[in-house]
Amino acid sequence: MTKDETLLAYVLRLGDNALILGQRMIEVVTTYPELEEELANANLALDYIGQARLFYTYAGKLEGKNRGEDALAFLRDGGEFRNLLLLEQPNGHFGDMMARQVLFESFYLLQLEALEQCDDSQLAEIAVRAAKEIRYHLRHGAQWLVRLGDGTDTSHARVQQSITDYWQYTGEMFVADNVDQAFAEFFAGPDLEAIHQQWQVNVAAILDEATLTMPGDEWMASGGKRGRHSEHLGYLIAEMQFLQRAYPGANW
Amino acid sequence: MTHKEWPLYEVFIRSKAGLSHRHAGSIHAADDQMALDAARDTYTRRSEGISLWVVRSSEIVASDPAETSAFFEPAEDKIYRHPTFYEIPDGVENL
Repeated sequence: MTKDETLLAYVLRLGDNALILGQRMIEVVTTYPELEEELANANLALDYIGQARLFYTYAGKLEGKNRGEDALAFLRDGGEFRNLLLLEQPNGHFGDMMARQVLFESFYLLQLEALEQCDDSQLAEIAVRAAKEIRYHLRHGAQWLVRLGDGTDTSHARVQQSITDYWQYTGEMFVADNVDQAFAEFFAGPDLEAIHQQWQVNVAAILDEATLTMPGDEWMASGGKRGRHSEHLGYLIAEMQFLQRAYPGANW
Repeated sequence: MTHKEWPLYEVFIRSKAGLSHRHAGSIHAADDQMALDAARDTYTRRSEGISLWVVRSSEIVASDPAETSAFFEPAEDKIYRHPTFYEIPDGVENL
């Protein structure tokens, strides 16, 4: 991979992660039983959409094929997305969503903090901005995990199941593939091994406070970074892209 | 299943350094930290503040509307408590 290809691929991945998780969170907008948490979810989802826009706009510029944020979000097929498998999984219940967000954001925040120091100044600037948002997300999600884990017997059992179910999707975050390796080499990008170690410490602290048990690292699913997705992504993308596909160039 | 409401909290926002916190509204939350998060997400989405206070509504001691006459009306005829009897000297611009 050339230096330019590496940067483009890496920025697109960041955009795909943000867009797919944001879209998942948007699916439950208007369904919350409490207005305050409804607003919180919508705010946090919009943070992700905002981050996706920054990454895609930058990726479009790097690519130089006149594809803007909308083309990258709405006119690529499922196999072209490089988001983590964890983020495309169906929402499940509220505890599932909080578990998924805490597992991902504990990684994402470390990734962004490493990117703040990378050799590409524009990406570093986006990372500074995104990290501020994710620090709050993680605070919010971790509190919920503690409330549910250390709550009633039912909430404890359900959220423990959420953590256990999603654990198999966490391994993919830390396996450096050719893009991660090239990005680390060309741009002083994140060291995923170091991030993995720190992630385990941070997640263990949250789970401990939540009286939840950390699952063992057994078989891990992977493929999202290569564009090999679970069947769930297709449905998500069909809904997300419907409008642009049915009415190309639609605007308001 | 009956729906049990979370406790009510009152939200106070300081909009910028030097100003005091002002009452912005109220939110429901199960605990103090959730109240702070809910206040942030409900009342500071458009950069309304740099500091937040939340307090359980039940902790606020309020005056009784039935006692309004005893509490507040005696002040109404004491106009000498307003600083309106001073002559402002010529040339004072900021008072």
